[in-house]
Amino acid sequence: MSRTVTKQRKMITTAAAWTIGLIIFFPIYWTILTSFKTEAQAINDPPLFFAFDWTLENYALVQERSDYMKFLWNSVIIAGGSTILGILVAIPAAWSMAFVPSKRTKDVLLWMLSTKMLPAVGVLYPISLIFVQFDLLDTRGGLVVVLMLINLPIIVWMLYTYFKEIPGEILEAARMDGATLKEEILYVLTPMAIPGIASTILLNFILAWNEAFWTLNLTAANAAPLTAFIASYSSPEGLFFAKLSAASTMAITPILILGWFSQKQLVRGLTFGAVK
Amino acid sequence: MATKASRSAARFMMAPAVVLLLGWMLVPLIMTLWFSFTKYLPLRGDSIDRGLDWVGFANYSRFLSSSSFWPSVQTTLVMVGGVLLITLVLGILLAILLDQPMWGQGVVRILVIAPFFVMPTVSALVWKNMLMDPVNGIFAHLWRFFGAEPVAWLQDASLSSIIMIVSWQWLPFATLILLTAIQSLDSEQLEAAEMDGAPVLKRFWFIVLPHLARAITIVVLIQTIFLLSIFAEIFVTTGGAFGTRTLTYLIFQRVIDSQNIGLGSAGGVYAIILANIVAIFLMRIVGKNLDA
Amino acid sequence: MSLKSTLCAATALSLITATGAFAADPSATITIATVNNGDMIRMQGYTDKFTEDTGIAVEWVTLEENVLRQRVTTDITTKGGAFDIMTIGMYETPIWGSNGWLVPLDDLSEDYNVGDILPAMAGGLSHDGTLYAAPFYGESSMIMYRTDLMEAAGLEMPDAPTWDFIAEAAAAMTDRDADINGICLRGKAGWGEGGAFITAMSNSFGARWFDMDWNAQFDTEPWANTLTFYKNMMDASGPTGYATNGFNENLSLFNQGKCGMWIDATVAASFVTGDDSTVADSVGFALAPDTGLGKRSNWLWAWALAIPAGTQQEAEAKQFIEWATSTGYIDLVAENEGWANVPPGARTSLYENPNYQAVPFAQMTLDSILSADPNDSTVEPSPYVGIQFAAIPEFAGIATEVSQEFSAAYAGQQTIEEALEKAQAITNDAMEAAGYR
Repeated sequence: MSRTVTKQRKMITTAAAWTIGLIIFFPIYWTILTSFKTEAQAINDPPLFFAFDWTLENYALVQERSDYMKFLWNSVIIAGGSTILGILVAIPAAWSMAFVPSKRTKDVLLWMLSTKMLPAVGVLYPISLIFVQFDLLDTRGGLVVVLMLINLPIIVWMLYTYFKEIPGEILEAARMDGATLKEEILYVLTPMAIPGIASTILLNFILAWNEAFWTLNLTAANAAPLTAFIASYSSPEGLFFAKLSAASTMAITPILILGWFSQKQLVRGLTFGAVK
Repeated sequence: MATKASRSAARFMMAPAVVLLLGWMLVPLIMTLWFSFTKYLPLRGDSIDRGLDWVGFANYSRFLSSSSFWPSVQTTLVMVGGVLLITLVLGILLAILLDQPMWGQGVVRILVIAPFFVMPTVSALVWKNMLMDPVNGIFAHLWRFFGAEPVAWLQDASLSSIIMIVSWQWLPFATLILLTAIQSLDSEQLEAAEMDGAPVLKRFWFIVLPHLARAITIVVLIQTIFLLSIFAEIFVTTGGAFGTRTLTYLIFQRVIDSQNIGLGSAGGVYAIILANIVAIFLMRIVGKNLDA
Repeated sequence: MSLKSTLCAATALSLITATGAFAADPSATITIATVNNGDMIRMQGYTDKFTEDTGIAVEWVTLEENVLRQRVTTDITTKGGAFDIMTIGMYETPIWGSNGWLVPLDDLSEDYNVGDILPAMAGGLSHDGTLYAAPFYGESSMIMYRTDLMEAAGLEMPDAPTWDFIAEAAAAMTDRDADINGICLRGKAGWGEGGAFITAMSNSFGARWFDMDWNAQFDTEPWANTLTFYKNMMDASGPTGYATNGFNENLSLFNQGKCGMWIDATVAASFVTGDDSTVADSVGFALAPDTGLGKRSNWLWAWALAIPAGTQQEAEAKQFIEWATSTGYIDLVAENEGWANVPPGARTSLYENPNYQAVPFAQMTLDSILSADPNDSTVEPSPYVGIQFAAIPEFAGIATEVSQEFSAAYAGQQTIEEALEKAQAITNDAMEAAGYR
């Protein structure tokens, strides 16, 4: 038996949901729109919503001033590298927590999460000194490691909740058939957890992409990702709304598109085992 | 089912993650602890190479006795609490709404989760300049259109403004998790209650909310971890003025503006203590729910 | 693709990125950290020319002012070595120089003609007589006002007005219905924003930060007078939300024709008379106001290029500095963009150049710079060097917090007395922590 829904009710829900959705999306829409205006149009009173001469000059200007592709590439490598590395470290850990739980499993998990509570500014000096000592400053490798460590607790936790959903009997059956531990993880467990792993990767890619403290403080010219790109447009002299909008749009578009296409995965992944 | 062999294998497989995180936690923590007991003013020429002067608990008492300390703790708690409250309440309402049958559900869902993809720095810049600017911002235009005096948001409602910005960023996250939870709700149970004539509020209170308990704890836990270290949003908008100086921001001012590493490190230790108090408090609740 | 190969590929990819990222870049490139101000962005446009002439490649790290300060300060104190040239100001240079963190610029070439640098700028960028940073541009502050609005108000701006006149003129020019504010001033928290303005202003009211024994002076009457005067004037004639306005916000307001007067950096003169400005044809200039106590309220600042000690590319960095702060660079910009757009305030010869003298704001800029003396900035004697700052390491931290209290008072969240009381406590506490008292 399915719930009977009157057409009228569906219309009201649709209208309400769309209104709220558009309100929430408005700041992003406005940024994208403004990026196609001239600086004068950007602050026009009343605000211009559609009827203006669309221009690409802001994008040209931003591209001329800073090499967007270089920042983008760094962002991709740092976010991607830290996520992949994190997944590789986290899968075995999550496996053992989920399938060979001990009394301390939950404590270890919560302890891992608590390492995320260290305020970044408080350890800026220690980390900077370590980076200088090991010549990691302004290297992508250094940042990959740092961001991996920052997000590792979340990765482990997410994977743990997915793995726990997988019935242990299946693994046992595989073991009976003579599968080694490695085979068990690679061929039995991982395929079953693919949706979970995919959404974990997505979420952590987003978190790493948007991380703006370490990526700014530990880089200079070589490894600077899009967060540093934005820092050079945040409040320059003179009118800057349109240029700022163009730079912002350039910084968020790749991740927005990724999110757009993968939202189903993400939705499934963000459950944290909340669905039972 | 766990054999002895699989137990040792398990320990072995957990080792990389545990060792890495232990190192990541301990090395900076020990250095922070060390600095916090020393006079470390780099601009006055202090450095590790030259040796740092041991000053005992001087930094701790100075940080605690500063007139900014308690207000900053309060600001931190208000900010975290405010964002949690807003994202949870709106998140639940939105989740319920999005769970209803409608046209274009997929698109609406994308619109709603989009803010989650925006970097904190970008969203703070966009809100500050293009929405909240008292002269050229959209809100100012809107207010003037209705004949009202534009509000200087970041000055007169600074903390609420920052809470608003941060809530906008985190609402998608809360909505998504709550939505997945709601979708798993047994609709027959709800319908039965509806037929029995239970009013909407009662149905919500006795059926929907208990079902969401676990999802809510997840949202609270994850968001708290991220919200305690909110930084970019304050740095970009108010720079800590107008009562928006959180503990994290106060430490930033001690370390960066004042270049007093010892004092800032002592502040860092206090922040860890505060985070742990909040954490223990949370774990008590979450730990219970996580067993379910 | 099978799962195994996926995992292998992932591992390989992360290893490649890791190893690739750790490898050092061998080419002769200098990395320069700079602020995203108009003149610096213009300089970036001309670096190709430098690379062509010298074969030295240049990598720019352009950051917003606050982020830049945070970044370069951490780099210099942790000996990070990420940059070969840093863009710093008059506040940092003497402090860093005295710590031996900067390469002394005492062997610049004959052609460069160090003697041509304006003495006020060279003085502010030296420690114990050694130059540690070369000024890219220098500035003081002055009044920029709308000649048309001034005329409409039936007033005439003297070359050297008093604060009373400014307040009166601001009230006369204000037209809330037409969205015109008589005066726009910085109120934004931060030692380099509103903090700098109010400190410079307080000098003209006879206030000072410290007495000769490094005691904070916020409990004295001149400070109360300064803040009261500022707040009354801004409440009556300033823009909405002025407590969050800094240089950029005011520039944007002025260019939109929403300010009658604006007292700020002299470099702004070329922006308010430039293409972006809607009021370019009706801007006049005057010296920053005083109260007849013998000190004006203008500051002195320079954005300068310095080389952190220990860089591998010292010779190349010096070469770049000599190029970017030379008269040749000024000529290059003048040739391409006109004399009004050259970096001002650094060299004496620029102000002796008849082409530049024809620029409307040139003389007033020079007069403002010449009337500022960092070694004698207060009416009563003070132990510190600097006009809108005190050149001690603790100042940035203290002044940022103090200016936050002031901004809260501007916004009406606390009284001026409360703000001054807190400022006094904050300052004395910090000075005690640093061992001055």
